[in-house]
Amino acid sequence: MTNSWTDIRNTDLVIIMGGNAAEAHPCGFKWVTEAKATRGAKLIVVDPRFTRSASVSDFYAPIRQGTDIAFLLGVINYCMLNNKVQWEYLKAFTNAAYLVNEGFTYQDGLFTGYDPNKRDYDRSTWEYQIGLDGFAMVDETLQNPRCVWNLLKAHVAAYTPEMVERICGTPKDKFLKVAEMISECSTPTKTMTSMYALGWTQHSKGSQNIRTMAMLQLILGNIGVRGGGMNALRGHSNIQGLTDVGLMSNLLPGYLNIPVEKEKDFGTYMASRAFKPLRPNQTSYWQNYKKFFVSFQKAMWGDAANAENEFAYHYLPKLDVPQYDVLRVFEMMHDGAINGYFCQGFNALLAFPNRKKVTESLSKLKWLVVMDPLDTETSRFWENHGQYNDVDTASIQTEVIQLPTTCFAEEDGSLTNSGRWLQWHWAGGTPPGEARHDNWIMGQLYRRLRALYEKEGGAYPDPILKLTWNYQNPDEPTPEELAKEINGYAVETLHDPADPTKVVLEKGKQVVNFSVLRDDGSTACGCWIYSGCFNEAGNNMARRDNADPGDTGAYPGWTFAWPLNRRILYNRASADLQGKPWDPSRKLLEWDGEKWTGYDVPDIAPTAKPDVVGPFIMNQEGTARLFVRGLMRDGPFPVHYEPFEAPIENVMAPKIRGNPVARVFKDDLAQFATSEEFPYAATSYRLTEHFHYWTKHNWVNSVLQPEFFVELSEQLAAEKGIADGSWVRVWSKRGSVKAKAMVTKRIKPLVCNGKTVHVIGIPLHWGFMGRALKGWGPNSLTPFVGDANIETPEYKAFLVNIEPTTAPVTS
Amino acid sequence: MNVELSRRGFLTAAGVGVGGTALGAFGFGDLEVAHAAAIRPFKLVNTMETRNTCPYCSVACGVILYSKGDLRKGENADIIHIEGDADHPTNRGTLCPKGSALKDFVKSETRLRYPMLRKPGSSTFERISWDQALDRVARLMKTDRDANFISANKDGIPVNRWTTVGFLAASATTNETAYLTYKVVRSTGIVCFDNQARV
Repeated sequence: MTNSWTDIRNTDLVIIMGGNAAEAHPCGFKWVTEAKATRGAKLIVVDPRFTRSASVSDFYAPIRQGTDIAFLLGVINYCMLNNKVQWEYLKAFTNAAYLVNEGFTYQDGLFTGYDPNKRDYDRSTWEYQIGLDGFAMVDETLQNPRCVWNLLKAHVAAYTPEMVERICGTPKDKFLKVAEMISECSTPTKTMTSMYALGWTQHSKGSQNIRTMAMLQLILGNIGVRGGGMNALRGHSNIQGLTDVGLMSNLLPGYLNIPVEKEKDFGTYMASRAFKPLRPNQTSYWQNYKKFFVSFQKAMWGDAANAENEFAYHYLPKLDVPQYDVLRVFEMMHDGAINGYFCQGFNALLAFPNRKKVTESLSKLKWLVVMDPLDTETSRFWENHGQYNDVDTASIQTEVIQLPTTCFAEEDGSLTNSGRWLQWHWAGGTPPGEARHDNWIMGQLYRRLRALYEKEGGAYPDPILKLTWNYQNPDEPTPEELAKEINGYAVETLHDPADPTKVVLEKGKQVVNFSVLRDDGSTACGCWIYSGCFNEAGNNMARRDNADPGDTGAYPGWTFAWPLNRRILYNRASADLQGKPWDPSRKLLEWDGEKWTGYDVPDIAPTAKPDVVGPFIMNQEGTARLFVRGLMRDGPFPVHYEPFEAPIENVMAPKIRGNPVARVFKDDLAQFATSEEFPYAATSYRLTEHFHYWTKHNWVNSVLQPEFFVELSEQLAAEKGIADGSWVRVWSKRGSVKAKAMVTKRIKPLVCNGKTVHVIGIPLHWGFMGRALKGWGPNSLTPFVGDANIETPEYKAFLVNIEPTTAPVTS
Repeated sequence: MNVELSRRGFLTAAGVGVGGTALGAFGFGDLEVAHAAAIRPFKLVNTMETRNTCPYCSVACGVILYSKGDLRKGENADIIHIEGDADHPTNRGTLCPKGSALKDFVKSETRLRYPMLRKPGSSTFERISWDQALDRVARLMKTDRDANFISANKDGIPVNRWTTVGFLAASATTNETAYLTYKVVRSTGIVCFDNQARV
């Protein structure tokens, strides 16, 4: 989230699209209710189902899953044509005025540089025109036909209300009502917030779904202000934290990157990370990259990371592919290229697409280690549970080691919520049996592995042997010790560069935050964006002052928000070019003539002059990007592409199937269905009574929602002879499941490109372990393909067939 | 204000007041005993309160754990009740149908209690000790790493990666566990490293 849950109370209009907060985030959704009750805010819900969020909305519009980009580009087109633009914000704070390279074009669904064999673009023309001064050229009058604004205008012109209806199945009058309501938030004193979740991410163009709304929010001037923003609701309690700390194949903590092979030394690695400003006087904060990188290396390897060995640059692995994401890894596993695998609190058998392929892949492992508080399906993938897990146990030669871990109630530590609050929690119970903390388990694995390398030697032992491990009890590092390492400390006594006689920080002391980190090896910091969480003032994540000065919804004394306890990102954009708040009744920051003051930690240098330094300090431009240059694989502007399995063809570019640059493995391509074979558009979602595959282990939740079901419309039920509560079989090209039918008015057929499209909803909470009745999840059916930029599987739009059947035999 | 304390204080005071004065003064001594015996004692009396947050979705509602026994005194602590934290700015004491049943997760019959091993081809798990489990895993890692570690690419450039073993991290572990996991996994050169974030 750019903002926070408690900030939603400040909004005038909530749009829930790509999520269902009332059911999936019930206690956060109350802030929508609060805004409606106290400010008269309105709620719009755009969803294939009439969800519980929709049931309390002021306006609901149906949409076919996988067509959000067409809808939102339609809204942008509407705003442009009707002069519903926050012009001052747009001109000053976005790249609307920047001139784009003459070679850049867009035609028939593709941008310049497409190579169909590589399924990739040469993105070299997706750039600005650079002037003789080395800066991007701009036309502040927005007259130049090559400026971003005019290119965008041409790009969205095709997304008329008629085209939106044709693609999305949203009746034109409903689309226009939504567009009109949204467009009213283009005034400086009216704000919309976007609340989205996995309904936007789990698509082969998920990143662009989100980007399209971000563009709309920028055009309306809604980023950086109270009650505005792009608010990713996020799915799990610490999904934000695990991402921030960088537990992904291609990341270092704090959104730094793991090197790739061609970056053969540290100098080469840093050369492409200069982050020179693209406009005069801009911050381009990533210019500090080297400080964060070197401080991370010092946290990892201490004295073994020094200037002589490029701060242990080669202790890090180098990637030969863009990323070893889970889809690639399971493809490798399927090919027999992975021998051992760890699942730490992750139920892969039910979480990854095409379960048949997942089972086959796990069966090829030599060994699997599962660490979990619960007895998961993944740890028992080899066990036959009749039709619910029909495997030949004896033929599966995988050794499985199952390690019992503690749960939240038995551990101390911090979790990062979707509003970027790092909230500390404390253990209140004794773990069952011999269950142990994850920190103990990871510590033990490390200590034992290191002992083997000390004794026997082996392949490149240095990064293991020299890993910083100065914990009081080396068998189990404490959460406090780890939090202090994440925050960072002075490796050497730090002196003031301007006055070397002055000591800034004594050796061994905690750094106050990342602003004092250095690139010479004199500071260490595990995750720079979290720096400030545990400094000499103590554990700031454990703060519990729930006062809210000015009644802004910021709660600055409650725990710690990254970065720097900042509650709203890009908050300098809440004020105009003179530094006056756009909306005085929702003041966040103000320029007092010398510095920024207000209710939040300024997201800009405190003395940066408002008419000189732009608010988007992480960007080289200082402005936000409507045109994203070559930074996304599938285009500098979003484009409507159909899901890989779609009920209609791509009406704008009929030759293109799916996202033209999404990675598709050969065997999976053959398993994509057409609408002739599989006519119904399926989607997946959560229920309010369950959390993924965890709560089916709980008696209460299993009583509330005991049994797997699928939702379908009364019209489709009548067509197929399916009675409410009867058994149906639902199958895709990859698998088949049986479920109870829930015939509902909440889903209605849509008409897309002249064709009736039926939607089938598949909740995701059942398996073969726990207390609920046995069942299946949508991953038995879904295709093995991910988003073109980050490889999130396409769970929200795929094709199935359905027929009446009899009850499964209970096992 | 601590709502919990004041409510409990009220109940305690009220109980003493009714039992000790009104009924006793009217000479209903026996009735009083029978009445007191029929009332279930307030279950949160003499419990340890601990602040925590809900482990499910990322709203991260504040919760209070009530346990018999105090971990900080080195005692065993048995969690008997979990409810919303009224001081928390986001949820202000409320919980959803999942959060309201959190105790069922903590106390689930299918919580794991012991390290277990399933041998190749076997149809059962068998219990093993932590030492057996951890030594076995460390040995499996070492054997595979030594056999398959890639030190350099064909051009002789150091790449130091290990691609034949993967690690899938969680979505509900703490940031501190995440960081420790990061350190251990990265130090080995594992590149098949991911978490729930992209799923």
